[in-house]
Amino acid sequence: MKKIEAIVKPFKLEEVKDALAEVGIEGMTVSEVKGFGRQKGHTEIYRGSEYTVDFLPKIKIEIVLSDSRLETAIAAILKAAKTGKIGDGKVFVYPVQEAIRIRTGEKGEQAI
Amino acid sequence: MKKALRLFGILLSLSLGGWCAPAAPSDAAAPAKAEPTLEQRVADLEAYINNGPRNADAPESKVTSKISGPGPAHNGWMMTSAALVLFMTLPGLALFYGGLVRRKNALSVLAQCLGIAGLVSILWWLVGYSLVFSAGNAVFGSAGTFAFLKGVNSNPNTNYSYWVSQNVFSMYQLMFAIITPALIMGAIAERMKYSAILVFVTGWMFLVYFPMAHMVWGVDGLMNGVWNANASIKAIDFAGGTVVHMSSGWSALILCLLLGKRLGFPKEPMPPHSMALCMIGTGMLWVGWYGFNAGSAVAADGIAANAFMTTTLAAATASFVWAMAEYVLKGKPSILGFCSGAVAGLVVVTPAAGFVDSSGAILIGLAAGLIPFMACYKLKGWLGYDDSLDTFGVHAVGGTIGAFLTGLLATSSVNPNLDLNLKGVVGHILWLEQLKAIGVTLLFAIVGTTILGFLIRVLIGLRVSEDVETIGLDLVEHGEEAYHD
Repeated sequence: MKKIEAIVKPFKLEEVKDALAEVGIEGMTVSEVKGFGRQKGHTEIYRGSEYTVDFLPKIKIEIVLSDSRLETAIAAILKAAKTGKIGDGKVFVYPVQEAIRIRTGEKGEQAI
Repeated sequence: MKKALRLFGILLSLSLGGWCAPAAPSDAAAPAKAEPTLEQRVADLEAYINNGPRNADAPESKVTSKISGPGPAHNGWMMTSAALVLFMTLPGLALFYGGLVRRKNALSVLAQCLGIAGLVSILWWLVGYSLVFSAGNAVFGSAGTFAFLKGVNSNPNTNYSYWVSQNVFSMYQLMFAIITPALIMGAIAERMKYSAILVFVTGWMFLVYFPMAHMVWGVDGLMNGVWNANASIKAIDFAGGTVVHMSSGWSALILCLLLGKRLGFPKEPMPPHSMALCMIGTGMLWVGWYGFNAGSAVAADGIAANAFMTTTLAAATASFVWAMAEYVLKGKPSILGFCSGAVAGLVVVTPAAGFVDSSGAILIGLAAGLIPFMACYKLKGWLGYDDSLDTFGVHAVGGTIGAFLTGLLATSSVNPNLDLNLKGVVGHILWLEQLKAIGVTLLFAIVGTTILGFLIRVLIGLRVSEDVETIGLDLVEHGEEAYHD
């Protein structure tokens, strides 16, 4: 099992979700996050007081899935989330040790 | 809080005891007056249309009037104006300031505006209106004449208006007394203790606002150049450039210096939490300001009409000029720029609205768009004070410029009242008289606020604790949050 953690632009969330649904990914966890990479932040000026806003809003999508579906899921995310401009985000993949469905107690791939 | 209440009591007893003057002489048994002739009745109607005195209003008059009460149109406009001026504070200023603070302090600003509205109304009823608008000396009216609004009924007080009910006039003027201390809140936002604010506002009304308003608008006021032939300073202030904006703006500077900077200022970012709320508040201020300025004619007459026009021109010009200055110098015209410019334009035109023509209003708009702009952008940085929402930059700087420009631009061609007592002054040395008025205003605002600020700092403290400031005033001082998510 693997976990995909994808950081994408907020307005790309719907497209990424649809693309993942098309390749059969049925569940995900989404959170609104802030951060910066190479894109950096921007400057806001209020009556002469300049504030550098380092952290930009992004969406973090977390998906746990079987190894066999990993590559198609990653391809779907890359295709849907790409604008070609700096700040498109990143995808991280981690190994997952265990998954348990709370309602039934099922374990492993059956639980995801 | 106990301490705060005790101080409140002391201030109250001082003010009541100190300034009580003998009550106005009661009307001696006057001989019965004659019924007006048809000609006199027609003349009374003309007087209503022209906002002049009835036959019966003349000092030695021997006739009565069939229309001794208020005139409906003037009264109607003044009730509308009073509501408009209240609308400037609730919720105009509350949202303008509330949008500019951080979200954890948004409600504290609303609580300050609401608290001031109630507190000042009570003080006004108690003795405030009397201290400002009854006859007394050059600085104060008498405390007794209209205490508890005694005798303030639907009949006009002909010292101020022939056709507006005195109860309407007193409520109209109350709205000015409410917004003035509320303006100060912009400089001390996000860190001043609520109890200290209530005590400060109470003391400030007696030490600064009531005397300022009496000096400028009271029938025997020191600086009431238009109406008081014996005024020592022949200054003019149509709607409160000195009384409202200079007094609050300079007091705001002193109080924010005494209070100290917000924790983390200027290193920690403190951007406005809602520019949308701020803009909504600005729009309400602008609309409400028609009551403030055009209403200051205290009649639905031609002077009010001129003030309506000059108010519009100055506000629109200043708003545009401020944002365009940003566009040129900083690359982007901001919403806060448009909003600040509009408020600055309204502030600067306030003392001038009923005294200048359309060209004067445009000049005022230009000055209002550029000079307060520089004060907010540069002066604050150079001097390093933390005037959270730029009360000083906009109201003190704007009010002072307005008072001075009024001296240069006033013309009796738009306001014949300037010929009553100021012939040979307007267009000649009026600017000098305005400078004197500016000096007196600075004296009252700075000395009054310094004394009060130090006193409160020693007795109950001005600031909330660092913990409270970090958590936010809304939760700790008011037990509420503006936003749940």
